[in-house]
Amino acid sequence: MALGMLIERVAYRPLRNAPRLAPLITAIGVSIILQNIAMLIWGKQYIPFPAILPQGRHDILGATISDTQIAILLLALLIMLALILMVQKSRLGRAMRATAQSRQVASLMGIDVNRVIASTFIIGSALAAIAGVMVSAYYGLAHYYMGFLLGLKAFSAAVLGGIGNLGGAMLGGLLLGLIESFGAGYIGDLTGGFLGSHYQDVFAFFVLIAVLVFRPQGLLGARVVERA
Amino acid sequence: MTPLLSVSQLSVAYGGIQAVRNLSLDVAQGEMVCLIGANGAGKTTTLKALSGLIAAQSGSIQLDGQPLSGLPAHAIARRGMALVPEGRGVFPRMSVAENLMMGAYIRTDRAAIAHDLDQVYSLLPRLTERRAQPAGLLSGGEQQMLALGRAMMARPRLLLLDEPSMGLAPLMVQAVFDIIRRIAASGVAVLLIEQNAHLALKTCARGYVLETGMITLSGNATELAANPAVRHAYLGEA
Repeated sequence: MALGMLIERVAYRPLRNAPRLAPLITAIGVSIILQNIAMLIWGKQYIPFPAILPQGRHDILGATISDTQIAILLLALLIMLALILMVQKSRLGRAMRATAQSRQVASLMGIDVNRVIASTFIIGSALAAIAGVMVSAYYGLAHYYMGFLLGLKAFSAAVLGGIGNLGGAMLGGLLLGLIESFGAGYIGDLTGGFLGSHYQDVFAFFVLIAVLVFRPQGLLGARVVERA
Repeated sequence: MTPLLSVSQLSVAYGGIQAVRNLSLDVAQGEMVCLIGANGAGKTTTLKALSGLIAAQSGSIQLDGQPLSGLPAHAIARRGMALVPEGRGVFPRMSVAENLMMGAYIRTDRAAIAHDLDQVYSLLPRLTERRAQPAGLLSGGEQQMLALGRAMMARPRLLLLDEPSMGLAPLMVQAVFDIIRRIAASGVAVLLIEQNAHLALKTCARGYVLETGMITLSGNATELAANPAVRHAYLGEA
């Protein structure tokens, strides 16, 4: 979280008034730097990750589901609920939404815009840390490069749902996961065995491209028409 | 008695252009003052500098004897100055009620906030019917009313208004100015910026005329309205 705040200060604040593309490029740059720092600290090999989540298995209607999966699902739902409540109901959440709509007017309301944006980064990095722990606990392994593909997929999910829309990002994540699983499961049948389930990662990016082409605002984006 | 707002020798450059030069003005407690001038004379720049949205080059701004120069906009808002910006600046994706509550962001006195919210709704009945709607769906006049109501929710001592009549139908302008008069009557000082000089001078007690970044005339509103130069330049008379 402290790291998130630091990154906001050095890498994003100078770009506050830059075109929208600049912070995006910065995001990729910062992620590469962080990966390399992680590599320097923990090395290049896979590191076993302690099994901190329950380990049992259940058979439900012919499908196997592990306690770990259930725990991750519940924790994710809980965090989503908490995040939605925070953004919709709390004072900081209101300040965040106001700042997102107009930084200038938000500051006229007495909102310290810099502090609100820094808080957003802190919350974001805390959520990313929780997600990282859940993923590592699920696979029982940690690796300096493991977050890269996941980050790109998370971005695809956010675009699918509509950037700037919390519910959209959550829906996008769920849909993307389903598309990926079903895609990986049936791709062998569809292509007559030519492509196998290791092509699973392709689907997220097909979806990303399709959304950008056909519905750039995302599934739930831009519901309110604004009058001048 | 020290004036509520006292500006002296304010200069502001905006994008390399000297937009405001050595501007001095003051507004007394509870007074209604207007700043009139043509498009591009530096009116909006002046208000932005007063509210901290842009930095002044030199000069001093004091609210109630306290210097404001160099403070960020959010700190100035907390001192009791509220700006209703040009183009109203409502939060389009928030409901009317949420917009009003944003105005009270700096306050923590819940009971008084609830009381003020009732007051604003009774002053602006059109908003009451639409309190759950997103502000982006309101008409221009309704958005102006919302922006005024939101500013009142901060309980400001000084209200700065940037072109409240802009883009509104004549009937709506009347309605908006009625509300401004009622706000002023409740004891809030108002600094009004208008291109519609006729309306501004009719509404306010005193006025300043701004031309290419400098104040060229000032005084009692009825005297200004009678001044041949003002009549010729701003009131459309030969």
